[in-house]
Amino acid sequence: MSEQLYSISIEVNGERREALVAARLTLVDFLRDSLRLTGTHAGCEHGICGACSVLLDGEPVRSCLMYAVQADGRSLITIEGLALPDGTPGALQDAFCEAHALQCGYCTPGMIIAAHALLEANPAPDEREIREAIGGSLCRCTGYQQIVDAIKLAAGKRTENSA
Amino acid sequence: MNTLVTQAFRYIGKKRRTKEDPRFVTGHGRFVADIALPGMKHVALVTSPHAAARIKAIRVERALASPGVQYVLTGAELCAETEPLQVGVDAPKVLRYPLAHGVVRYSGEWVAAVVADSRALAEDAAEKVEVDYEPTEYVLDPEKAIEPGAALVHPLHGSNILYRRKFVWGPVDDDFARAEHRLALRVRWGRSASVPIETFGVAAQWDPGQQLLDVWASIQMPKYPDQTARSLRLPGNAVRVHFDVDVGGSYGVKRGIKHTVLVGFLAKRLGMPVRFIEDRLENMRGGDMHGPDRIFDMQVAFDSDGTIRALKMRALDDVGAYAGRSPLQLGKPVGAIVGPYQIHSVEYEPISVLTNKTAQEAVRGFGQSPTNYALESIIDRVARHLGMDRVALRKKNFIRKDQFPYLIPSGTTYDSGDYHTVLDKALAAADYPALVARRDAARKTGRLAGIGIASCLEPSGANSSFEPLFNPKNDTTTWMDSCLVRVDLSGSITGVMNTSSAGQGHETLVATVLGEVLERDPDTIRVVHADSLTALPSNSPVGSRMAIMLGGAAAGAARKIKAALLAIAAHNLKKAVSELEYREGSVGVKGDAKRSLSWAELVAIAHRKFHLLPPGLEPGLQAKFVWEVPTGGGLPTADGRIQMYPCFSFEAHLVLVEIDPATGQPKLLRYVCGHDCGVMINPDIVHGMTYGGIAHGIGAALYEKFAFSDNGQLESQSFMDYLIPTALEVPEISIVDHCTPSPLTSFGQKGSGEAGYLGAPAAIACAINDALDPLGASIAELPMTPLAIWMQMQTARAGGKRSPP
Amino acid sequence: MKAVSFEYARPATLAEACELLAAYGPDAKLIAGGQSLVPMMAMRLARPAWLIDISRLAELQRVAMPGDLPADRDGVFLVGAGVRQCVIEGDALARAHVPLLARALRWVGHAQTRNRGTIGGSIVHADVSAEIALVACVLDATLELRDTSGLTAVPAREFFLAPMITSIAPEQCLAEIRFPLWSDPGRETVRGCAFDEVSVRHGDFALVSACAQLVVDAGGRCMRAELGVGGVGPVPLALPEIGAHLAGARLDEQTIAAAADTAANMIDPEGDLHASADYRRHLARVLVERVLRAAKEDAMRNLMEKPTA
Repeated sequence: MSEQLYSISIEVNGERREALVAARLTLVDFLRDSLRLTGTHAGCEHGICGACSVLLDGEPVRSCLMYAVQADGRSLITIEGLALPDGTPGALQDAFCEAHALQCGYCTPGMIIAAHALLEANPAPDEREIREAIGGSLCRCTGYQQIVDAIKLAAGKRTENSA
Repeated sequence: MNTLVTQAFRYIGKKRRTKEDPRFVTGHGRFVADIALPGMKHVALVTSPHAAARIKAIRVERALASPGVQYVLTGAELCAETEPLQVGVDAPKVLRYPLAHGVVRYSGEWVAAVVADSRALAEDAAEKVEVDYEPTEYVLDPEKAIEPGAALVHPLHGSNILYRRKFVWGPVDDDFARAEHRLALRVRWGRSASVPIETFGVAAQWDPGQQLLDVWASIQMPKYPDQTARSLRLPGNAVRVHFDVDVGGSYGVKRGIKHTVLVGFLAKRLGMPVRFIEDRLENMRGGDMHGPDRIFDMQVAFDSDGTIRALKMRALDDVGAYAGRSPLQLGKPVGAIVGPYQIHSVEYEPISVLTNKTAQEAVRGFGQSPTNYALESIIDRVARHLGMDRVALRKKNFIRKDQFPYLIPSGTTYDSGDYHTVLDKALAAADYPALVARRDAARKTGRLAGIGIASCLEPSGANSSFEPLFNPKNDTTTWMDSCLVRVDLSGSITGVMNTSSAGQGHETLVATVLGEVLERDPDTIRVVHADSLTALPSNSPVGSRMAIMLGGAAAGAARKIKAALLAIAAHNLKKAVSELEYREGSVGVKGDAKRSLSWAELVAIAHRKFHLLPPGLEPGLQAKFVWEVPTGGGLPTADGRIQMYPCFSFEAHLVLVEIDPATGQPKLLRYVCGHDCGVMINPDIVHGMTYGGIAHGIGAALYEKFAFSDNGQLESQSFMDYLIPTALEVPEISIVDHCTPSPLTSFGQKGSGEAGYLGAPAAIACAINDALDPLGASIAELPMTPLAIWMQMQTARAGGKRSPP
Repeated sequence: MKAVSFEYARPATLAEACELLAAYGPDAKLIAGGQSLVPMMAMRLARPAWLIDISRLAELQRVAMPGDLPADRDGVFLVGAGVRQCVIEGDALARAHVPLLARALRWVGHAQTRNRGTIGGSIVHADVSAEIALVACVLDATLELRDTSGLTAVPAREFFLAPMITSIAPEQCLAEIRFPLWSDPGRETVRGCAFDEVSVRHGDFALVSACAQLVVDAGGRCMRAELGVGGVGPVPLALPEIGAHLAGARLDEQTIAAAADTAANMIDPEGDLHASADYRRHLARVLVERVLRAAKEDAMRNLMEKPTA
């Protein structure tokens, strides 16, 4: 007796991916185990730590709180998709390196997704807005300070580049 | 090895991007849950719902028949086939195995393990395992647990006291009799822990052809491969631990020896690769990664002028139902028992107690943060008693800069420090008079505001002599680390480190040190992790030791390489080494620019021109360096005096807090930390860990608690109830650095992995108490939740006494 | 933490969804945003055999103003149950016409959960401290429940029965929530509102929450008031009696304090890990005072900004 499988088609990082999945397969497990995109991490599986965040149609969501079947027909970007087309880190990721905004790296993909979404919506956030945007992502290593610095740095570079 | 504080470093101390960050920001870390072995099976656990019970029967038939199930393992089989896990104290009857056998001793304890084709299928089957329990008596309160008649957690051990000793260092009773004042205080450090965002995970695969068990784990643990092999009854060289797995945070707790023995056993038994990733509930309830849970009863003897003469401290710690190294967390503070103060004599009575709760494991600082909290709390009480300024009282009692190296009553010598200057720097950075004015202005408008000051030591270097101190049968005095450096035929440099990393930037540390000594760009230096079969001896990153020990080992190995290069040059330039100078990898004759050999030429001679190699020098260009912790190697005296950690970093915290007088909610408004860890090899890495340590300390002070109900159920078993600070709870933090180099290390560096955490709870507790003081209220227990603060405020308003002594 | 196996359907219409619910009965659960349901399923506390996905039903996405609907004396602001929280949070019309709802949303979870969580989902989940449920009760919203036999309208104040238990039948789907609009108070009166809560960390479940909506005149006299508290009982608690009592009164500190005292004495909260019963009662008093004061200040601000006729 095996589980019923459902056919899904999801655009992930610009590429259409099709699969047959059990309904109870969460989106985070689908990304990690089925697509082998292991950059998205599971830290709690109950929607609090934010390590599993991805962009769903451009908005940050917790992928542990969705089933893959619910994402059928939708478009996702994961941390792997935030690199530049040639694979080098994007400006935000580079800012995280410059400010040393990470240590163990486990919360980092979710943090970057949240930061990316913030800067897309609000290119010049103040400290309070930055902390609120990452307020749903737990970090145990950094105390958040260098993460806030990295986001400010990235915001500054955006302004420079668009000036 | 000494330091030149005025020496200009080439790479050390300079801003440098880390080697590790790029892979993580692109999602290319390699954590244990990312490792998929072909044919890999998955584990889910059946856990005890009872705090204590006899296991009458376990029926696994329905589970075995569940789809995708490979095996169901119970304690009966596992305990017969493996050796019990090691306890850090002498308690042979306190047996611990990965699965319960016959009895369960805490709610959440692992009773059976189901192996299936997927984690989901394993969980489905785990629900079908039937266990008949007969609940028995249990004890949850550690003070009740040591009373006669208490239910025994391990009846064969005869009591619930796992360890107890009273140390008396110096004429304590005399000093108390002669002092002008005495006061007593009880404080309580609530049970919290490191709780990294990645839970523990382990994958294992048995190769019958090679008779070899490969292990990948999210591990941070001394002697892990050895203990794994021992429990599995394998020779040490039949276990290969891969230290190149990225560990998603640890700060002490990732000591998953029971998970590893379980998974290793299953992998070998089933002949299939097996992986177990704790889910968050398994981790919180049964991962055995809780932290110190400690009641301090203290007395202090002091004079009217503020001189603190003597200290008595009883520390009663609730380790839960089992113990690994956890009781030793009462031992490490012995090495800094007087904090930064010149206290003449000390009586210290650690008591490690068993209760029917989740077991404790090493948490960042290994007991030092709770001890600092206790010390700073009583220091503040002394100040209040005398009506003396808290800064002045501390400064009066600080060990002075000119007194180092300074021997404390318990036998440890502090290497170097300048506590007055660090505190002054912190006060200046905070603009202390303005901070006081801000607090006082807030109070005038009816708000509750307080300033907390904490001056605390961070012992570093991990000479873990608390092992023989607490267990004379364990005469371990070797606390070593190592590095191997290779320069290959092309002239590239590779450093090999011999343990795992969890975000501390070890690869960057080693590359920077190698680059410094060899005068080669660290960006060109690669650092890799050995596995346990190819590794040189290491004791893993614990006790803030790696900057000292791994840094020192890298420096030692690099110096050997440098010496070899000089020898080759001397031989080929026909000069004595003293007539040569080493410049960024090339070696030339002093004063003769034309006579030199380049790096490439020297490397070529080393690797392939044996005819030009000096006699006696090994071909190739590689060196290893293994060394013992400085000042280590000694055993304790009969009265328990011992040199513990070698190097002492120091931190001075200043916090401004406000409490909402209506709701009791605290808010941190200003946070300054003065920090001295000697020479910083990479400032961004050190600062990052300090910010993180402070955030972790904020959690322990205000939010985090593993709370148990009256019937032994863990009430905070997920992130819904175990509250980790977010970016909105952690304020902006100002760190101001100072450097008193250590005379014991290669560049003057001291350790710093526990910075911030060791002083933040003390500082915040002092601030909250300063804020409550005008109400006549106080709080002597962590965490200081809004409810807890409000209750103290209510007690004071109703005319009740200040929170005891 | 993997859910128990289930089957999944994504019906194209609300009618189909109701048919599926009727067919599968209590073994089926509706899922929209899933922010509350999925964690419960992960912990195996919820174990539906069927999950019916209604998140894409256009019929549940309506946000409608009076004028879009048949005229009423006091119009309604209609929110489809499947409308995501982030949509209302950012909706100018919602902020203008049901500002209390928009303000409450700031306290609901985190931005990421508001990107998926729905207005209706939060109401049906009925967590004791749910902010949206409290607003629905305080504003005396009407909930429209659908099943295969048609429509049932239930006042929000009668919908919540116990923690996480509502009067919704297994075969019913919450379709719309109708928030009564408070008709333009007139030239010399203004509306104000406030939502506040105490939680341990920012974004956590509220220990206690409170909200109020008032109409006051230029002199600070209350013409109409509604208020309520959450987290102090098994269900969100609207306090219409206190609201009625405030009508006609000057909202001075004494009156506000008296109203808060009355509220504190009416409730019978429970204690748990984070808050004792006494503490909750105390917080209720504090928060009722705060929201009444803040709602009045909000009204006075609106008065200043109101264009004169």
